[in-house]
Amino acid sequence: MDHLHKTAVYPAYGGVGAKIVNFEGWALPLQFEGILAEHQAVRKAAGVFDVSHMGEVEVAGKDASIYLNMLLSNDISRIRDGQTQYSILLNENGGAVDDVMAYRFSGQHYMIVVNAANRYKDIKWMMDHTEGYQVTVSDRSDDVAQLAIQGPKSVDLMRAFIGEEAGKIRFFRFSDSIRIQGVSCLVSRTGYTGEDGFEVYLSPDHAMKLWEDLLEAGKEFGLKPAGLGCRDTLRFEACLPLYGRELTEDITPLEADLEHFVKMEKTDFIGKKALAAQKERGLERKIAGFEIKGRGIPRSGYEIRKNGKKAGRVTTGYYSPTLEKNLGLALVDAGIAAPGNTIEVAIRGKSVPGITVETPFYKKKYQKYLPEPYFS
Amino acid sequence: MKVLDGLYYSKDHEWVKPEGSHALVGITDHAQLGLGDVVYVELPEEGDEFQAGDPIGVVESVKAASDVYTPIAGKVIRVNGKLIDHPERINQDPYGSWLIELETTDADMEEGLLSPEEYKMWCLEEDE
Repeated sequence: MDHLHKTAVYPAYGGVGAKIVNFEGWALPLQFEGILAEHQAVRKAAGVFDVSHMGEVEVAGKDASIYLNMLLSNDISRIRDGQTQYSILLNENGGAVDDVMAYRFSGQHYMIVVNAANRYKDIKWMMDHTEGYQVTVSDRSDDVAQLAIQGPKSVDLMRAFIGEEAGKIRFFRFSDSIRIQGVSCLVSRTGYTGEDGFEVYLSPDHAMKLWEDLLEAGKEFGLKPAGLGCRDTLRFEACLPLYGRELTEDITPLEADLEHFVKMEKTDFIGKKALAAQKERGLERKIAGFEIKGRGIPRSGYEIRKNGKKAGRVTTGYYSPTLEKNLGLALVDAGIAAPGNTIEVAIRGKSVPGITVETPFYKKKYQKYLPEPYFS
Repeated sequence: MKVLDGLYYSKDHEWVKPEGSHALVGITDHAQLGLGDVVYVELPEEGDEFQAGDPIGVVESVKAASDVYTPIAGKVIRVNGKLIDHPERINQDPYGSWLIELETTDADMEEGLLSPEEYKMWCLEEDE
């Protein structure tokens, strides 16, 4: 583990029984108690993830908004101060450089949260495209730690821990003036699990203490430390894409069933021409969800066949702990992407029957509409 | 990490419990710890015959699939069907969760297998 990056929380992992793995050059916990127990905790109570390895890019300047609207698939002019937006950072072919979350402080000031694996690629891409814009792009990743608290008990836990203001942060909104243990934090009502929850951004100097204090305060709510293992099974059940699987430089957001996050009506943006052409031609392939009907667990890379002929590949596959079935996401020929198509999945030398199904497998439990007392 | 006396072991982290002319085969505590939560098991059929070292099935966790090899030759007379619906028992009780029962054909079955002490040493070597 010596050559790997470590987050500020790393010294605390041992105390909660972490099984550490190398994730993109970072020493991170795959699991603590076990993937199934942690997965269930997030679905039924709450889990806390150390996601400090993720990247944070500050974009500031007079042209910040128009610059971002050129680089991102979604329409950033639609969000207000204190709001977040999911978007794809597109390449010229309409493929994905990364998928990101944009946080708007003001029309001249944003934070773009990026995947750890793509941090340097994204920074370079963004900096290479500033010409003609009055904007500065800065990599703040080393100065920002992040903890994610996810699960139906997240709000109760955070209200007990930091006060009523936690409950006032609405879905896909954030507050950057939340004080936790005297420390200034940014707290957003966002996450990557399909459950209600928060992401807390703060200085690495205070991250480990916050992790430990959250675990202590969270005991009465059933909070468990959660690792990368269940982070993937949770997002998979909610059919949230993982860059490198459902989205790549070669898989466009249209193919990834993310058309909702591509605003073609924007005057211009990188990849617009390519995506418009793809839409005009019609998709040749698409990400679809499927269920295994025989016996076997589909895994990333396994071949999908239709009547014996190759028709795609599995992008992510798991035994789903919540649904108790073997499920998968796959990039398949567009003709078989709709639900109800029988397929065969090549699993360890055997041809196992499956069927395409509706997605998401697990309906997201976001609290989009809050009860009266929480509207200020 | 538990290693029980009275069993024989293989370098692939299977255990063998001789019972006269029969033997039970399973995977060790070291194996289940490495796998994580077991969610799927594939077992052979009764009547299948194997040589020592043949793959006889698979144990899969959330993150990984692991082939299981029989350390000894024999004919399958029973498989532990309970594990199909309750694969988690392999994590809860690896030495109590036998996968298959074999009628052994090796006259000297223990040859090539590790004693509990030898297996402990092997695990230490491997984990370095």
